[in-house]
Amino acid sequence: MEGYRVAGSLIALTGSLFLFLGALGVWRMPDVYNRMQTGTKSTTLGSILTLFGLGVYQPEWMGQMLILMLFIAVTNPISSHALARAAHHTGVPLTQKSVMDELEEDVPLPTERVLEETLSEGEEQ
Amino acid sequence: MADLIIHIAAGVALLGVILASARLVVGPTAPDRTVALDTLTVISISLIVMIALFQGRVIYLDVALVYGILSFLGVIAIARYLEGGL
Amino acid sequence: METIMIILLALVMLAAALATIHMKNMISAILAAGVVSLFASVLYLLMAAPDVAMTEAAIGAGLSTVIFLLAFKKTRDEEVENG
Repeated sequence: MEGYRVAGSLIALTGSLFLFLGALGVWRMPDVYNRMQTGTKSTTLGSILTLFGLGVYQPEWMGQMLILMLFIAVTNPISSHALARAAHHTGVPLTQKSVMDELEEDVPLPTERVLEETLSEGEEQ
Repeated sequence: MADLIIHIAAGVALLGVILASARLVVGPTAPDRTVALDTLTVISISLIVMIALFQGRVIYLDVALVYGILSFLGVIAIARYLEGGL
Repeated sequence: METIMIILLALVMLAAALATIHMKNMISAILAAGVVSLFASVLYLLMAAPDVAMTEAAIGAGLSTVIFLLAFKKTRDEEVENG
């Protein structure tokens, strides 16, 4: 009787552990691109697991949970992609340990002057 | 038992909220803060669903859906602005 | 749990509001204002007001961020044109 509730809550606990690990990566990683990777990939898995677990816990809510899961699975990679492109266009430098940057061959990183203008506008006001 | 586990899960997600908002306050550049905002959005969608479960009201799930759609639009708008295309 | 959640979210909201008024970079300030609306929406939900929470999510987090960005871009263009 209570078995599916315990199973669903354990799935939800796993998912929220992934959410926590994603936030830990956002805090610990060295540059924007690494932060973006943990901040969107790990939290996508985490939130899908959490929603699925809560749907197992409360089976009559499963339909709305499925809609939310589908929505997160569609939108999170899009915003990750847009953010990575925007960060590369504003010229945020990669960390020293980076091995390669293939987008730079097509779109070179802006120079330091443009970087200062874009990132710290309003400093002089 | 199951209730306790879900409360622990909400606590773990709250720890994640604290870490991501620390990055939002500290983060050196605007893209860093946008990444933190995106992470906070996804975590708080899960938190809203957990709150719906605690209080046992289905209508809260619609708030989570509306929140997801609108904050996705906000993040996309900020990314387009930083890219220079808005 | 809900009491702990209310206290922690209010503290995070305070931190984001202080960050909004102290940040030099305008885009970061707009982002932090969006975070304030985000947690305000979750707090309204915790206090059992789903309609207010939905409105706050729609206006505060979605619409006002975009409007602020548009207004900021327009005023900056004017400044550049006038020297």
